[in-house]
Amino acid sequence: MRNIWTIARREYKQYFNTPMAYMVAFLYLLVMGVIFYFNLINAAYQQMAPQVQVVVGPMVTIMLFVTPALTMRLLAAEQSEGTIELLLTAPLRDWELVLGKWLGGLLFMLSLLAVTLIYPLILNQLVDPGIDYGVLVANYLGLVLMAASLIAVGVAASSLFKNQTAAFFATLGIMLLLWLIGISSQAAGSLGSKILLYLDFRGHFFDTLYRGVIDLSDVVYYLSLTSLALFLGSVSIEIRRWR
Amino acid sequence: MIQVEGLTKDYGLRRAIDNLTFHAEKGEILGFLGPNGAGKTTTMRILTGFMPPTSGNARVAGFDIMDESIEARRRVGYVPENVPLYENMPVFDYLQYMANLRHLPDVEESVFDVLEQVQMLDRAESYISSLSKGMWQRIGLAQALLHKPDVLILDEPTIGLDPAKIIDVRELVREIGRERTVLLSTHILSEAQQVCDRVLIINKGHIVAEDSPDQLQSRLAGAQRVALRVGGDTDGLKAVVEKVPGVNQVVEGDAHEGGLFEFENAPGQDARPEVARALVSQGYDLLEMKSVGMSLEEIFLKLTRDEPAPLDEGKVDRVDNVEEAESDA
Repeated sequence: MRNIWTIARREYKQYFNTPMAYMVAFLYLLVMGVIFYFNLINAAYQQMAPQVQVVVGPMVTIMLFVTPALTMRLLAAEQSEGTIELLLTAPLRDWELVLGKWLGGLLFMLSLLAVTLIYPLILNQLVDPGIDYGVLVANYLGLVLMAASLIAVGVAASSLFKNQTAAFFATLGIMLLLWLIGISSQAAGSLGSKILLYLDFRGHFFDTLYRGVIDLSDVVYYLSLTSLALFLGSVSIEIRRWR
Repeated sequence: MIQVEGLTKDYGLRRAIDNLTFHAEKGEILGFLGPNGAGKTTTMRILTGFMPPTSGNARVAGFDIMDESIEARRRVGYVPENVPLYENMPVFDYLQYMANLRHLPDVEESVFDVLEQVQMLDRAESYISSLSKGMWQRIGLAQALLHKPDVLILDEPTIGLDPAKIIDVRELVREIGRERTVLLSTHILSEAQQVCDRVLIINKGHIVAEDSPDQLQSRLAGAQRVALRVGGDTDGLKAVVEKVPGVNQVVEGDAHEGGLFEFENAPGQDARPEVARALVSQGYDLLEMKSVGMSLEEIFLKLTRDEPAPLDEGKVDRVDNVEEAESDA
């Protein structure tokens, strides 16, 4: 546990040392701000009270593109700069390294998400009788779960490459695949469609949590995806030693 | 402290090291000498737990590198080749990070201790990217010394440094090597000669020779011969040199040039300081003294080349300063 925390803390601090993370944060918050503004105007024209979803909906899409940028560095840079040799010869298990990297990335993402909480709070001031806090909690729980699994996928992809750009696109590719799996489920047969539907990354959020329903099966889905990705990441580091 | 038995590592079809067996005792500085691609780095990476061997086994500080990898790693300090460091971290933060990963009880104190040891206290706040190559090397060493390891493994510790820094690092290594076992790789022979207690010469994954640098030299080059150049009157010089203990035989050198002599050391002895003293005290003008015969360089080339190199016995390898010999007197 201690090793995981040591690594996570360094990764978290490192984000504030690199321009990349600032750019990502800037973009994320700026784009969010603009979308939020237009959504408010739109809602005002249509004379309806906007709900939390006007914030969270676009945030999910942006997260999809922001996460690879945050995770691509985590293990790829260690490999290209050779510093992985320091970590793999330290008294540290491979899974502790992978978990630490994941936790560091997740903590940074959670910081970003925490800042975005300002939009629901503004919304709460604007609409009467205020926003539904239950829906807010369910939405943000969904965001955290999605962030956890997307970052785990990112760490696993980053462990495969020395090149950060390759890690970026590999992560994005896997994410888009998970994202689009639900669409293909409509074309498939009944059993296959059920399986694909269960694998659908979007559905587990937009069908339930997004609407304010907390369903255990969705939580299990995201946590399983996270565990699987972290496990594969550890295996990939282990295999790396044998190469 | 280090016991290696039948260590073999294949990269695909290429065999990097083949059935290596050696050991290193506590307080010993073992030099790993070989041309590039001989398998030095591979061996070190296996010993530090970075990669597993294909076959064979090794124990470091009493722990098996495969079955008790974490325990073994706890007791090893390692400076990889080219010293990878986190460039965008300050020196102190970096060492603190490594100290935390090693669960040191008093992190700050340990960091300050090693910074003092490598004389980098004044750069604790500097970003690693702003440091010179020599300082990188010292930070690498500091990282390896943090946990006061029993075994220190240094891969090419002086590569890319300027001569003054090379001397600094060598001194540091010698100092460190007094209390712990040091395995260092190099392809610079004089370095092995100066720093190491024992040298392993490795080529194409095989150990081709193993001994102390001096023994290697005398064993392979035969008796040590020393050439002298004396100015002015040389009458009776031969007799004076012959009387010095440790001198086996004195021959007068080239007839065309006056004042040249060669003497042979008795096995395992070095009579050079005594000879210099005797000559100077007898009033001869000692101009030059150099050892003749196969240098470690030539031994190395001979051992690591496929075909035996033609040996030029008379070739002068190392010019020992006469002043140095005289200052001994």
